[in-house]
Amino acid sequence: MEKIVKGKAFVLGDNIDTDQIIPAEHLVYSLSDPEESKKYGHFALSGVPLKNSGLPDGGIPFIDGDNYQSKYNIIIAGSNFGCGSSREHAPFALQMAGVKVIVAESYARIFYRNCVDGGFAIPYETPIKLNDKIKTNDELEIDLNSNTLKNLTTGEIYKLNPLGDILPIIEAGNIFEYARMNNMI
Amino acid sequence: MGMTITEKILAKASGRKRVEPGENIWLNVDVLMTHDVCGPPTIEIWKREFGDKAKIWDKKKLVIFPDHYIFTKNPQANRNVNILREFAKEYDLPNYYDVGTERYKGVCHIALAEEGYNLPGKVLFGTDSHTCTSGAFGMFSTGVGNTDAAFILGTGKIWEKVPESLKFIFEGELPHYLTAKDLILQVLGDITTEGGTYRALEFDGEAIYSMQMDERMTLTNMAIEAGAMNGIIKADEITEKYVRERTNEPYEIFESDPDAKYRAIYKYNVEEIEPLVAKPHSPDNRDTVRNVQGTKLTKCYIGSCTGGKLTDFVNAAKIIFGNKVKVPTFIVPASTYVYNQLEVETINGVSLKQIFEDAGCVIAPSSCAACLGGPADTVGRAQDGEVVISTTNRNFPGRMGSKKSEVYLASPFTVAASAVTGVITDPREFL
Ligand code: SF4
Repeated sequence: MEKIVKGKAFVLGDNIDTDQIIPAEHLVYSLSDPEESKKYGHFALSGVPLKNSGLPDGGIPFIDGDNYQSKYNIIIAGSNFGCGSSREHAPFALQMAGVKVIVAESYARIFYRNCVDGGFAIPYETPIKLNDKIKTNDELEIDLNSNTLKNLTTGEIYKLNPLGDILPIIEAGNIFEYARMNNMI
Repeated sequence: MGMTITEKILAKASGRKRVEPGENIWLNVDVLMTHDVCGPPTIEIWKREFGDKAKIWDKKKLVIFPDHYIFTKNPQANRNVNILREFAKEYDLPNYYDVGTERYKGVCHIALAEEGYNLPGKVLFGTDSHTCTSGAFGMFSTGVGNTDAAFILGTGKIWEKVPESLKFIFEGELPHYLTAKDLILQVLGDITTEGGTYRALEFDGEAIYSMQMDERMTLTNMAIEAGAMNGIIKADEITEKYVRERTNEPYEIFESDPDAKYRAIYKYNVEEIEPLVAKPHSPDNRDTVRNVQGTKLTKCYIGSCTGGKLTDFVNAAKIIFGNKVKVPTFIVPASTYVYNQLEVETINGVSLKQIFEDAGCVIAPSSCAACLGGPADTVGRAQDGEVVISTTNRNFPGRMGSKKSEVYLASPFTVAASAVTGVITDPREFL
């Protein structure tokens, strides 16, 4: 597992629900067909109203044109990220678009579990809100050893909550790998 | 220190004497439910991860309902149903309820209740966030993603963090113009869409136990709108009667100890609550119907696992009876049983179906339909610029279709009164 993740921030508000992460009308595509599943990346975060997309200014689409990968690989959000439906297509869409780490003040339970058990992205929680401190396009560096986030654009450093109980599953890759390593399956 | 009902059920399912909130435990699962949107990817992950050895842990405990995107020409949606059909055939599954056959049931959460899968004391997981609905039967039920469901499919086990509990006590006699929907909107406005995250919502009090199962399910259904892991109501005679009319399977009734620990206890006198709405774009954006009275509507929608049960239509019909609707109004029964009952149930000798048809409503076959937007040809889907009032459970941007639509959530009484006038209307004007 990579211990340092570097990349550009894409900043969102509070209560980003799974319909905003991947609108329900797109849930029909195959998740395993290598070509068709790219559509999930292409439509990732397409349900976010444009004025709230890429804060603080907004108006920044997460995906440019026909692409399925975003130039942003770290999401910075407020509270209750991933609320709403249980669709695993949501963390999958973010992974497809190239997201490696999500940093939010808090998560909805099912989305959080999906991220971890499916190995789609690392969901960090923060003791304080960061989505009003970091701007879209800031260059960030996240250190998984020290649980810190460094904003390379401004030089500021923030603490992230340790991953705790879920770290072994994240390190194993997903829940199946974890279960195999522990002779559960 | 005593335990809550949720803690007791989880302790039993994990083979322990007691569990504490915050502990991660492995549970033995009694029922796994899936549907056409999340079933196919679940099956795919299960095959990928378990390979040639892939074995369903217990076929009798797997229940599959196609219900979401079934009446559409969308080819990928149809492919999903085909995958379920093939899977059910290949593994000779006893509990597959195929669309287009006599066995078709409609929306999964209501079908689980009707078919006798909801049993007090049991543990039920489903690939749908509203799986918490089943908690109305005094059981632990919650939603999971495809990966977790695939893990359960192969092992019958899953980890879970024991939730802290919040208790909501509703005292008093429910006024005739209020429904369970008003009560849960009250709760959501108080604790917000994240107030229940990683917590159990336990409902209690005489107003709750005066309700039939349909209404209780409206409360537990929307526990997830507070982000809760589960919603739960202790089983009583009403629960037992409902269950015994449907199955002979054994069950066990648990209840919270008097000294159980709660993160918070909320008390309400239902006689002080008035008809409520959730304004766009969040289920916790609560207001009184009075305050938004007169808001012009383009569409009314009565349906879904929350607001498409028989009681919901009986309530709506009380107001619509003898009136015409002023805006397009959609009636989407949650299950085929409810759909059929519309012809059986009557008010003053007129069937509900007739009442709705005479008023000019559109009656659609039972499915999730526009509750979650769906493909472009979905019945009742919200278009750009529409203002909708609906008995469904979510009004996040774009949930019912267009991102440029506005959706108000309300009780069947309020939606029916609004359908008759064309603007948001307090149902007390009709009752
Ligand atoms: S009716 Fe709506 S809330 Fe209920 S299962 Fe279907 S989509 Fe989900």
